[in-house]
Amino acid sequence: MRMTAPSEFPAAQPGQFVMVRVNDAIDPLLRRPFGIFDVGVHTPAQTGAASQPYLEMLYRVVGKGTGMLSALHDTDLLDVLGPLGKGFQLGAPGEEKIIVGGGVGLAPLYLLAKELVKQSPVRLFVGGRTRDDVLCITEFERLGVECYVATEDGSLGECGLVTEALIRRLAACDGTPRIFACGPHGMLNAVAGIAAQRNIPCQVSLEGYMACGMGACLGCVTPGHHHSNETPDYRCVCADGPVFDAAELKWEA
Amino acid sequence: MKPDLSVSIAGLELRNPVMTASGTFGYGEEFAEYVDLATIGAFVTKGLSLRPRAGNPTPRIVETPGGMLNAIGLQNVGIDAFIEKKVPFLRSVATPAIANFFGNTIDEYAELARRLDAIPEIAGLEVNISCPNVKQGGIVFGTDPQCAFQVVTACREATIKPLIVKLSPNVTDIVSMAKACADAGADALSLINTLTGMAIDLERRRPVLANITGGLSGPAVKPVALRMVWQVARAVNLPIIGIGGIMNARDALEFILAGATAVQVGTASFINPGAAQEIAEGMEKWLAENGVEDVKSLIGALEA
Repeated sequence: MRMTAPSEFPAAQPGQFVMVRVNDAIDPLLRRPFGIFDVGVHTPAQTGAASQPYLEMLYRVVGKGTGMLSALHDTDLLDVLGPLGKGFQLGAPGEEKIIVGGGVGLAPLYLLAKELVKQSPVRLFVGGRTRDDVLCITEFERLGVECYVATEDGSLGECGLVTEALIRRLAACDGTPRIFACGPHGMLNAVAGIAAQRNIPCQVSLEGYMACGMGACLGCVTPGHHHSNETPDYRCVCADGPVFDAAELKWEA
Repeated sequence: MKPDLSVSIAGLELRNPVMTASGTFGYGEEFAEYVDLATIGAFVTKGLSLRPRAGNPTPRIVETPGGMLNAIGLQNVGIDAFIEKKVPFLRSVATPAIANFFGNTIDEYAELARRLDAIPEIAGLEVNISCPNVKQGGIVFGTDPQCAFQVVTACREATIKPLIVKLSPNVTDIVSMAKACADAGADALSLINTLTGMAIDLERRRPVLANITGGLSGPAVKPVALRMVWQVARAVNLPIIGIGGIMNARDALEFILAGATAVQVGTASFINPGAAQEIAEGMEKWLAENGVEDVKSLIGALEA
């Protein structure tokens, strides 16, 4: 979904998100967080008038909020708060960049890839249960990103988990690449484990149930590396993330 | 003529009756970028305990029609980190900061009241005897008038600052709770905290929240809150801070008619970080349009 944005929006960092109020009613009541898929500017030549910043979100219709979003018309106004949160650290130019995504987890990875291809070779590993989970490959290919697809049922790309293809690539890779991942928690857990084992820098973008998006409600917390009940070490996905260095979070064994 | 929005509650002079509710506004800093704190009456910080608390596992939040359930479980930095890391910010803010706090035992409540009393940046104390999301403490003190009396008595002895007691709606008789707190020396009452509720994921056949139950807030609870404010205002001679589903200036003014001297805005700040400021501005506009010179003239002015 693409919308016209205020003039500050093109400065959004890859990995940041927005909180969207779908309508003015009280049901749904809360805003919904969406990763920023892309930002850009329509030139005067394209619009026939002034240059016009735009913002794109990628979403899948799953509930009431996304259902209403999909029913919006071209001229409707949308109440959007953002850009919020901390985005990806791009790393040094020249080193290989590996992006791992699953499902709508690809949302914040497109803007990232767009920035990364300016300075490094970029490979994208996309996983899903079936081909329906695999989105936007063409858009990434158009950026010049090399794409590998794996589905658990073999309906698209390789049959199996995307992490298997990732491990093969890491074995073949010269030098130390840098990993960026966003997707289902199980996938991120596996990718973080693979990166930790090989001492590879890895950033993950998390999702969380959140009400405010700015660190006040504490709904979206995730445990940090030193977390225990006696010494709470919680990070807010919204304000401390959504992008974290995988090594600073506590992952399941 | 500009209407007078100032109110005085428990010795606190507020430029307008709009405060932010504990747990919905962090420690003030989180929203400073979005709200001019000098436009609101006061703000209440996230509930504090003696030691840091981890709170409950996630998911901690779920939305329901007209409201939301939360089971954060009183996650907070603890009083030491509060003094070291959060109080310095309060020095720069020209709006009264009220510290919300809770303990597991009466001694812990008293200890916290004593420590908060010693912080000049804290304008007032709000005792939380009403969190529904923790097993120990909290709600026990908030549902038994005798326990409430003991807790408030202990806090009263420990502080000379304005002492506000935040009441739980999860009781059969809110008036007897309010009277117990008044008898124990509370300066003001704030009500209501969240209503215990739950949400179920039918397909997974599981509760949505990790804690199973959570506290319901938002527009869905407003009628309950209005009723309780009205009941308590008629029975107890203490200023009341009305809380529950206030989304706009009209909601806030309804609470004032029902008997509240001030209000706290909670869930609305999640949806719009500038909600409290906009509500205060909206109240001023309504008063001007309706020829009301002083908001104090509306307190308890419900014709019933």
